[in-house]
Amino acid sequence: MSLRLRLFLILALATGAIWFSAVMWIEHSTRAQVTKVLDARLAEAANMVSSLLEDRRIAMAGEGAPVAIPLDPHHDYAHQLSCQIWSLQGTLVGQSEGAPDTQLTGSAGTGYSESTVGGETWRVYTVENRALGVRVMVGDSLGVRNRLVAGVIEGLLLPMALILPLLAAAIWVSLGQGLAPMHRLAEALRLRSPSDLAPLPAGPVPAEMRPMRGALDGLFSRLAAARETERDFTAFAAHELKTPLAGLRTQAQIARIAPDAATRARALHNIERSVDRTDRLVRQLLELSAVEREGAAADRLDLGELCAEICTDLAPLAEARGVTLRSEVPQGVELALPASAFLLHAALRNLVENAVQASPEGGSVRVSQDAAVLTVQDAGPGIPEALRARACERFVRGAQGGDGSGLGLAIARAAMERLGGRLELPASAGQGQRAELHLPGPG
Amino acid sequence: MRILIVEDDPVLSEGLSVGLGLSGFTVDPVATLGDARAALAGSEFAGVVLDVMLPDGSGLELLSEIRRSGSDLPVLLLTARDQVRDRIEGLDAGADDHLGKPFDLHELAARLRAILRRAEGRATAVLRWNGLELDPARMRGQVNGVPLAFSRREFAVLHALMERPGQILSKPALEERLYGWQEEIESNAVEVHVHHLRAKLGRGFIETVRGLGYRVAAEG
Repeated sequence: MSLRLRLFLILALATGAIWFSAVMWIEHSTRAQVTKVLDARLAEAANMVSSLLEDRRIAMAGEGAPVAIPLDPHHDYAHQLSCQIWSLQGTLVGQSEGAPDTQLTGSAGTGYSESTVGGETWRVYTVENRALGVRVMVGDSLGVRNRLVAGVIEGLLLPMALILPLLAAAIWVSLGQGLAPMHRLAEALRLRSPSDLAPLPAGPVPAEMRPMRGALDGLFSRLAAARETERDFTAFAAHELKTPLAGLRTQAQIARIAPDAATRARALHNIERSVDRTDRLVRQLLELSAVEREGAAADRLDLGELCAEICTDLAPLAEARGVTLRSEVPQGVELALPASAFLLHAALRNLVENAVQASPEGGSVRVSQDAAVLTVQDAGPGIPEALRARACERFVRGAQGGDGSGLGLAIARAAMERLGGRLELPASAGQGQRAELHLPGPG
Repeated sequence: MRILIVEDDPVLSEGLSVGLGLSGFTVDPVATLGDARAALAGSEFAGVVLDVMLPDGSGLELLSEIRRSGSDLPVLLLTARDQVRDRIEGLDAGADDHLGKPFDLHELAARLRAILRRAEGRATAVLRWNGLELDPARMRGQVNGVPLAFSRREFAVLHALMERPGQILSKPALEERLYGWQEEIESNAVEVHVHHLRAKLGRGFIETVRGLGYRVAAEG
């Protein structure tokens, strides 16, 4: 449902309900007023007839036909009042023209009462004149009163029936006008090209829309930043994948045109090496994207087991490079992590792989634990001071560690950040680089 | 012709060294901008094959430095980002040519020869002198329709001398063009190659200028 229709229905229903309540109220108060006024008139008329009888202005019949009481029948509400005079013994002594023949009220008392005579409900006022031995009853039909009230209400409802559609049209048009800034915003958004992530054009904005605009502008700037990162990443990834491809192609060509067996063998060896490196690069690219996507469900793991598993995984690499690799982390202690254990696995595996790659033949790589800090110590030359600040950026690699993809530390850092911990690479004092994984606190 | 290769990927760098070596170039590979600056300061190169993304910065920085120093050293850029924008950026920075990765070794060699040739002010690929036609692309020559084959080093010496006919090249200058840093210079190598060339081309084709070096004899 459109916001306009929704607002319209709400406003129309509210207006209708208020109108209806007002009509009910007016009806009620009119009825009360009419009752009060007409009741007073009944009492007045009854007392008047009673006093006229006393003054003998109206002659009472003895036996036989009752006398007629000359109440003026010629006004708008004809036969509004009916009057009967009954003797206390119960004979009709006199009545006004058009009054019913049966007694207007059965009740023996005086004052106001209501009764049904001849299918009509009457409001009756009774006065007893003991001196004359008569009761004077003056009544009017409730139907007349109802007609009076209905007339007032009708007078209200008729203009209302005419005004309501006009009001509805006015509400509909006003809503359109009121919502125009939103339409303009929507139009501005609709006309935007997908690449346009600039803030919305400046201009006066209704106060209610400012939070939404602010949120949109914030979203745009975050999207722009994300896209920038993505573009950088794509450009870097393209370079990083095309370079080994160029190496492969060149080496393949050399293998084809090599003038001697040694050159060919070396080229073939380089092709294998290049395929391995490209494979590792693709794995790390996928790992980096997985780390950035990894969910935040809490997890548990055995640190010692994890370290042992990674060391076993990387044993062939360490062996090929003549590096001793061992874990000193005790097993059998479960650790609670605030996010997936995969993140810690990715961080540690990449650090250990880097350490093995960086260590010279005969060196050793050690994984140890001190409280909430996992340390990977290698025997390499350490990260050069000039590179330290940028070492964790993607595709930044040491000048001498030519076989690395430049992604290992980036993955480790991203994974630790997702995990709520951090990666530290303290300055190495000449012998070997230390990498510290600071685990997040429990919870 | 001695070429400096600035490429940090070890497999590609080795492939370039071996591949361009097979095409008759003498190649020195470096992996960083720092090493490239040191190499350019220390030795004479006929051209540079320059990767754009290097561990210590952009190859375009080095290119701008070279051009700012007033050098018109031929530079061929290697880049993975083979977009028009990147090519324009490279050419505007002063590159003589541009090749996207991955590339064909023969194409790289041909483009290198072309920019080196242009740097020498020649438009044709084949060098002609005294009845000898020398084709650098095939490392072959012919005299009066009779084809002549040369070894890689023989070709390098002959090519160097025929680039600037009449100009005297010293023995160290020729050695510089023959050997990269990793190669050990054999003593008397230049004399041996000149000897072989004279056997193929006739004694008078290359003159020895005593105490100074070698040159090709005047035409006639």
